[in-house]
Amino acid sequence: MKPFDNTPVAKSDRISALVQDLFRKMPEIEAARAELITESFRSTEGLPVVTRKALAFRHILHNLPIVIRPGELIVGSTTIAPRGCQTYPEFSYDWLEEEFDTVEHRSADPFYISEETKQRLLKVNPYWKGKTTSELARSLMAPETLRAMDHNMFTPGNYYYNGVGHVNVHYDRVIYEGLSGIMRQAANKLKEVKFCDPSYGDKKRFLEAVIVSCQAVIDYAHRYAELAKREAEKESDPKRRAELLKIAENCSHVPENPARTFEEGLQAFWFVQQTLQIESSGHSISPGRFDQYMYPLYEKDTEEGRLTREYAQELIDCVWVKLNDLNKCRDAASAEGFAGYSLFQNLIVGGQTKDGRDATNDLSFMCLDATKHVFLPQPSISIRVWNGSARELLLRAAEVTRTGIGFPAYYNDEIIIPAMENRGIGIEDARNYAIIGCVEPHVPGKEDGWHDAAFFNMCRPLEMVFTNGMDRGEEASIKTGDISTITTYEAFKEAYRRQMEYNIALMVNADNAIDRAHAELAPLPFESCLIDDCIEKGLPLQRGGAHYNFTGPQGFGIANVADSLYAVKKLVFEEHKFTLSELARALEMNFGAGFDEILAGEAAMGVARALKEKGEAVTPEIIASAVRSVMDYKLPEEEKRRFEEIREMITELPKYGNDIDEVDSIAREAAYFYTKPLPEYRNPRGGIFQAGLYPVSANVPLGAQTGATPDGRLAHTPVADGVSPTSGYDLNGPTASCNSVARLDHAEASNGTLFNMKIHPSAMTTDKDLEDFVSLVRGYFDQKGMHMQFNVVDRETLLDAQAHPEKYAGLVVRVAGYSALFTTLSKSLQDDIIRRTEQGLGR
Amino acid sequence: MSAPADMKVQAEIRESSMDESFDYLNVTGRIFDIQRYSIHDGIGIRTIVFLKGCALRCRWCCNPESQSHDIETMIMNGKQKTCGRDVTVREVIETVRRDMPYYSRSKGGLTLSGGESLLQPEFAAALLKAGKKLGVSTAMESMGFAKFETIEKILPWLDTYLYDIKHTDPKKHEKWCGRENTLMLENARKIAESGEVKLIIRVPVVPGFNDTKEELLSIARFAKTLPGVEEIDILPYHNFGEDKYRGLGRDYPMGDAPRPGAEKMKGFKAAIEGETGLYCQIGG
Repeated sequence: MKPFDNTPVAKSDRISALVQDLFRKMPEIEAARAELITESFRSTEGLPVVTRKALAFRHILHNLPIVIRPGELIVGSTTIAPRGCQTYPEFSYDWLEEEFDTVEHRSADPFYISEETKQRLLKVNPYWKGKTTSELARSLMAPETLRAMDHNMFTPGNYYYNGVGHVNVHYDRVIYEGLSGIMRQAANKLKEVKFCDPSYGDKKRFLEAVIVSCQAVIDYAHRYAELAKREAEKESDPKRRAELLKIAENCSHVPENPARTFEEGLQAFWFVQQTLQIESSGHSISPGRFDQYMYPLYEKDTEEGRLTREYAQELIDCVWVKLNDLNKCRDAASAEGFAGYSLFQNLIVGGQTKDGRDATNDLSFMCLDATKHVFLPQPSISIRVWNGSARELLLRAAEVTRTGIGFPAYYNDEIIIPAMENRGIGIEDARNYAIIGCVEPHVPGKEDGWHDAAFFNMCRPLEMVFTNGMDRGEEASIKTGDISTITTYEAFKEAYRRQMEYNIALMVNADNAIDRAHAELAPLPFESCLIDDCIEKGLPLQRGGAHYNFTGPQGFGIANVADSLYAVKKLVFEEHKFTLSELARALEMNFGAGFDEILAGEAAMGVARALKEKGEAVTPEIIASAVRSVMDYKLPEEEKRRFEEIREMITELPKYGNDIDEVDSIAREAAYFYTKPLPEYRNPRGGIFQAGLYPVSANVPLGAQTGATPDGRLAHTPVADGVSPTSGYDLNGPTASCNSVARLDHAEASNGTLFNMKIHPSAMTTDKDLEDFVSLVRGYFDQKGMHMQFNVVDRETLLDAQAHPEKYAGLVVRVAGYSALFTTLSKSLQDDIIRRTEQGLGR
Repeated sequence: MSAPADMKVQAEIRESSMDESFDYLNVTGRIFDIQRYSIHDGIGIRTIVFLKGCALRCRWCCNPESQSHDIETMIMNGKQKTCGRDVTVREVIETVRRDMPYYSRSKGGLTLSGGESLLQPEFAAALLKAGKKLGVSTAMESMGFAKFETIEKILPWLDTYLYDIKHTDPKKHEKWCGRENTLMLENARKIAESGEVKLIIRVPVVPGFNDTKEELLSIARFAKTLPGVEEIDILPYHNFGEDKYRGLGRDYPMGDAPRPGAEKMKGFKAAIEGETGLYCQIGG
């Protein structure tokens, strides 16, 4: 292996100017793409859907307005406004129309939308009525599934309303073979398809669609070449003119042909990254192992004296800025769950090569430095750690962590690789893994992992045990027996297991329905041709064209379930402090802490339903008075005190996150209730389900849909994030917290686990601190932990930022599998971040 | 493996099992806290065991609950907290053992602090021995208040001695700490001369007591005469312990004395390094 040069290069002035330009105004919604796709679809009625998709993609790329921003070296912008976004009515559109008047002022991820844009969208959106993936998906789901979703057992929101994304494509093939190489492969395959092949027609139209799509991207690059040339002619500054001419040359050569230089390689990378996100609205399209596939060009250019390390760094920094130029507007509820304008473009450095040797190179360092230079939420930068990782790289990563930006996230090769092998992935492919989106391990260029397929709230089935499947006055889940009939801890656990099993099966039903809808309505020929074996099989990704196929829905709330089970075991069945029935009543009454509007509303709906069933009229007045009476309802003082006492007893118990074997083993078991059943189920693309344990930031909004839980958590407060202990419950310091989390079986959660830790800046000051920080990560990984990420910021700073957001516009914090600007997060999510235990020094 | 070598191993195993027959794991002592992920006291990630009871009563002490050997009640954040519990070495080691992966990665380990650990010499020795048996590095923060014969028995199990020297003037030491310092300075020399441990001198920099260049240099000059000593740490006074005094129903002896600023500390560091050539670190 070549020795690496890790000398840092200073940030150039150009980068500061590019960043400033990017943030000069609020992100804006534009209408061009929606108009173009609608125009194209109107003119292709009756053609096969994959053909229509390719023609629409071409129509968009031929006509979408283009722009070169001042000072850019790498070009390609999806919107005229910086950080703007296009819309994707083919997946869903109702929500945006409903939010026309609020989207600019909503708490999470607001977007500006002009009156003109609204009018333009209103003209084209109606075309999509009855044609969207979400409508088709809904029609394919079981009634029980719809009911479970209505009762917030899980939400498959991500792909229900949007494209899938969540891939890491063969950037390397585009860079080193050019799109012309891929088109040749498709053309050759087309010749090979036998006339008697029963799928001849399907294969033919898919492969033709691939060729059309690749040509469209080449044409798009050529439009940029022309624009750069025109701007060069007008440019008076000779330096900038030379740059523009260079851009023109780059864009006329790549991505059509193999890149000849590092700079061309980066431009080719960028066009792929950008156009994938024009083709569909999927997020988490992740650059993956950028330091690996860019390295041969870097090495050649530097060795042959064409490229200085300074210029290489500046170019990488430019790409980092571009990654922040892409944006996406989600519906208000999803925006809460994915808060922070994030596209989750995960880029990972370090780790091992396919043959199992350390992969660290110059670019691994330069990528980390680029994040320090640009200091923005994209890319979601990550680092792979293994037993042979270069110490220098880990220390450089720790330096980035120290800045408080929340990056990089640390991943453990020593557990991820075997976990992937256990799912049938070959060892070389497993060693070559990248991370998608938040925390999901993925085989580059070979996998369709459907990594963010749903959020499953593990607390809801627990509530169903206490209510015997009733929710808001109606049957929402199976009956596991009246709570008073459960007389042993084992029986209680079994009831929970059954509630879980039932709702997991419904979630599978939902995911598979959505999967089919994408296969029917949203084949993506461009994305498909960059993933093995779509061309070879003649099948789009959405129909199982990938070499590896998975569906990865996330469970969350482990800490709450673990602490709840422990409380029931200890206080109900061992110490007999109260009965399950009494606990059920305490939960229903929110431990005597009073009702908020949500609880009152739910109770009132129960009343309304009961009246309706009796055939009585239900007027708004009746409902309003029911809400009022619930809100005003005062628990008898004695009962209130008893519920508070119960909650106090629960609070006093040991909790998950403190390195206590008895509690942690329950957490391990609780996680199995979610992770074990999933791989038994299959998806329509021929793969299996695999569990993840992470909530993105959904633990806050979905916590707001969850009643009080037996761990003492009050109704509608956030549930625990990822596999992390409940905020404020881990009191024995970072090593104890790590040990507890490492006690879960991370290998079973092969779609990723997420462990958040907040570290106080005082524990990250000196060089020794950084060394010890690295040892903390390694110590967690030695015990088979999978992922770790850090917020290095003090509580006072966050509180001050909440009070004076104007002073902290640039404050980046770690949210979940990504970082975001703190001030753009909703108040409740900000509170949640502040609450996460700050691990630092005891003295 | 050859037969004689094999026999030697057997003998070692026998010896070590005989060793086990001395019941050091069941020695009990009194502690008031165990703190994990301590990174500012010695090499690597460490677990600090705080032994209860001290011979001195330093006015600036940030752990007033460490001073009395008695079990006390302290009010913290409105809640009663019991300070002090009796534990066996085995119990302590069960906690220490939990962070083994972090010690291995960082060369860290077990640190004893107090109080003055030497007031419970058997317990301290047994804890350190148990630490060595675990295979981790051991350190002890102490001011050497014991007969040297007592200290001598501990040294074989100790890697790093973080040795507190607060002042060279016996009178001033007695006035601020309750006892004069002759024994401690003598012990420092004997420990250094034994060559058995890495000795690091630690000096709290306390306003009104020793926060002048001359007083600190006097300590540094003394440290310089100790064979093998290469490092002296100067720790700025802080008032984080103030609430604890209140919690114990005591007055805070330091009043509102100011904390030494960063610039001042840097000046001390430069002066010490300039004159003695010892490496001087600010903070632990």
